[in-house]
Amino acid sequence: MTQAAKFFSRALACFTLVVAPIFIPTALASSGEGKLDRAPIDLRDAASLQSGAKVFVNYCLNCHAASMMRYNRMRDLGLSDIQIKDNLLFTAEKVGEMMNVGMTRKDAKEWFGAAPPDLSVLARARGADWLYTYLRSFYRDPATPTGWNNLLFEKVAMPHALWPLSGQAALDVREFKTDEAAIAAKVQTRTYSRIDESGEGDAKLFLLKSTKIVTPGAQTAAQYDATVRDLVTYLVWMSEPDQLYRKHVGIVVLYVLLILLVLTFALYKNFWKDVH
Amino acid sequence: MAATHKEPVVVTCIGPLNGPASSLLTWVEQRFPMMENWRNHLAEYYAPKNFNFWYYFGSLAMFVLVLQIVTGIFLTMHYKPDASQAFASVEYIMREVPFGWLVRYMHSTGASAFFIVVYLHMLRGLLYGSYRQPRELIWIFGMLIYLCLMAEAFFGYLLPWGQMSYWGAQVIVNLFTSIPFIGPDLSLWIRGDYVVSDATLNRFFAFHVIAIPLVLLGLVTAHLLALHEVGSNNPDGIEINDHKDAKGRPLDGIPFHPYYIVKDAYGVVVFLIVFATILFFMPEMGGYFLEYNNFIPADPLKTPTHIAPVWYFTPYYSILRAVPPMFNSQFPGVAVFGIASVIMILLPWLDRSPVKSIRYKGPIFKSALTVFIVAFLVLGYLGTVPTSEWGQFGEWLGGVDRATVVARICSVAYFAFFILMPWYSAIDKTKVVPQRVTG
Amino acid sequence: MSDSQDINESRRNLIVASATAGGAAAVGVALPFAASMLPSERAKAMGAPVEADISALQPGELQIMEWRGKPVWILRRTKEMLEGIKKSDPNVADPGSEVPLQPDYAKNAFRSIKEEFVVLEGVCSHLGCSPQFKGSDAKAEMGAEWNGGFYCPCHGSKFDLAGRVYKGVPAPVNLSVPPYTYLSETKILIGDDKKGA
Repeated sequence: MTQAAKFFSRALACFTLVVAPIFIPTALASSGEGKLDRAPIDLRDAASLQSGAKVFVNYCLNCHAASMMRYNRMRDLGLSDIQIKDNLLFTAEKVGEMMNVGMTRKDAKEWFGAAPPDLSVLARARGADWLYTYLRSFYRDPATPTGWNNLLFEKVAMPHALWPLSGQAALDVREFKTDEAAIAAKVQTRTYSRIDESGEGDAKLFLLKSTKIVTPGAQTAAQYDATVRDLVTYLVWMSEPDQLYRKHVGIVVLYVLLILLVLTFALYKNFWKDVH
Repeated sequence: MAATHKEPVVVTCIGPLNGPASSLLTWVEQRFPMMENWRNHLAEYYAPKNFNFWYYFGSLAMFVLVLQIVTGIFLTMHYKPDASQAFASVEYIMREVPFGWLVRYMHSTGASAFFIVVYLHMLRGLLYGSYRQPRELIWIFGMLIYLCLMAEAFFGYLLPWGQMSYWGAQVIVNLFTSIPFIGPDLSLWIRGDYVVSDATLNRFFAFHVIAIPLVLLGLVTAHLLALHEVGSNNPDGIEINDHKDAKGRPLDGIPFHPYYIVKDAYGVVVFLIVFATILFFMPEMGGYFLEYNNFIPADPLKTPTHIAPVWYFTPYYSILRAVPPMFNSQFPGVAVFGIASVIMILLPWLDRSPVKSIRYKGPIFKSALTVFIVAFLVLGYLGTVPTSEWGQFGEWLGGVDRATVVARICSVAYFAFFILMPWYSAIDKTKVVPQRVTG
Repeated sequence: MSDSQDINESRRNLIVASATAGGAAAVGVALPFAASMLPSERAKAMGAPVEADISALQPGELQIMEWRGKPVWILRRTKEMLEGIKKSDPNVADPGSEVPLQPDYAKNAFRSIKEEFVVLEGVCSHLGCSPQFKGSDAKAEMGAEWNGGFYCPCHGSKFDLAGRVYKGVPAPVNLSVPPYTYLSETKILIGDDKKGA
């Protein structure tokens, strides 16, 4: 045992020695890239989830389906079947139905160039932070077919569905001579931003790109952030409706296993008293 | 001819049985060697008493095998092997089947757990020379189990029909295309279509749920029968059967039942605590056990920007990427990839050391093994990231990817460990091996 | 001697405790597996209560609905039909519907909330075939005692127009009445008798 332990600490040390030096340049290189905003979501917040469900049904469910999600699953959010039926059921007749949309994939491809993805499990693929940043990074761009572009997801086919709430933003580009100056300014930026490089040699410029509201919408920036937070909370919940329950079960299971651990350890030691 | 009657004495841990229970057992025993097997493989199978930490992983592998079979059966009750329904049916299990999420997470976490346990079990073999004479066949059966396990995992990974399932299968099946002459036809035959499709999914399902598991069970039986024929190795790498008492029992052996049954039961509980922690609190394990892109349904028209196999394949995947195309063909890389995954089967004939266990081997072997393990881990890590991960070397080195260079060095180390073993294991200094186990 | 007995004592206790705890844990693991074979949310949604619009149903007409994959009959009975049911009393095995195959509100002479409309599960209580409607004019085929009812083609079981089983046929008990409720004069909700679902 000690021999093996010694052997392994040595192996680990070698591994660190080989790998660590190669990581250092990576850490330096990544400083200019856009860092996702952290989504301040709380899955236990029923009010946030219910409000997110409302935003989802009103703004997303027209084009995006959630075809693996049943309306009546929202009972888990503290809603009754009647509340679901009266407030959230627009395209379906029964609360037992899936969140489907009328639009076919073929129509969608014609209208947007790409079929809007099904949102049932999308949060598990993209992650909460990505969604939170994405939904707050749209800006007006006359060069695209929809008139919208996104700083996080360039040339995205989706128009900004929540613009009546957020207002309309424009791309804000600031030029800097040095990387350091651009990074210093980036830290001051409230919204998601990115540093791109342009030009060569002496003409090299560092472009700090961010978005800036030009036409206000129905909500202030802080209100809109809260709306997106609620929506992302809902999307994360929807991607695995059992996730909180899973953790509850996990705690019970671990307690049971700890009892078994004590018993089996005592049993093992008791029997092995005979072995000399 | 007089009939021979076996009169088994049935002793349980609480005491000898008598009365009707005993006569029922006698009745069975005269018709089926139940107690005989019990004695041969458990109650009177003498295992060395000095098993350490590394010896838990054999029984754990058995445990995970059972877990995978049972959870797999329950998943099959709800899963649909149909390209248009597969992805949704997995989500149906996760959301709509009562406790379906639990069964599915047990199976997905179990797949990774299986490889962790098996890799540690194999490393145990490397450390203590468990592949050496007379255990060559145990090692060969074990390697075949490992290969089956890789096939099982590969076929199973297509079933959720997510982006990584789809493109992973596409890439791996396309490897066969590079085999000279028969390659293109072979991969077409494997897929049953021009791309990975419904036909591929359906046949992979058949392999995953019945064909490979049957072979696997047969091989596990052979692995155990071979083990119980020659007896277990131990951390000292010496034969306990060389020293027996008057009744023919090894002096350094203890019956598997009850001693290792209770010890392994404890091991299983420790394993389950780790397993449950991952399963209930981080079932994706940071994208290593369940890849994020696999939550996007398969789309034959759109490849994800970065395709990485699941972690347990990444050392070999790294080796594959490290080999440059030669003679305008990918085949050398594919061949090296294939050899890398089976070369370990030759170990019993590569190791020429007079001793079995690492405890008595010399510094050369220890260093070689360390380099090998480091290379394997680095390769494993590199397989999960894009080759551009660490940037490129400057002009003076041709601007090649740093990660590729590291992967090439590690690939050479990987093969050198095996190819040079007959030489370095023979010249290495060794320590004196004790007569009896040292605890 | 007493020492080794102590060891055996504590060992036995440990074995019993571990085996009990391990067994309980095994049952705890088995339960979710068993539960996974129960109807899923999809099956429950498909088995959700169905609404039947009976505004267009003519007297003497039979409407067939599907609930939980089973045929459910709604028969609008005429005066003559109701009288035929009364006349059948001596011929049926359980005229008072003593076997609890109907909700309490349907345990009456005509096995229905309103006399005119009967709601029945169209599944033979013998082996699960779906019986056929035979009017009182089928006396030639069904015998002189026949006052209209249902006839199961599989094994020849006979039921009257309240779903009560005739004596001496293979089916042992009456047809089941599913839970149902009137949402309005012309709408019946089948599968749920608590209003407002």
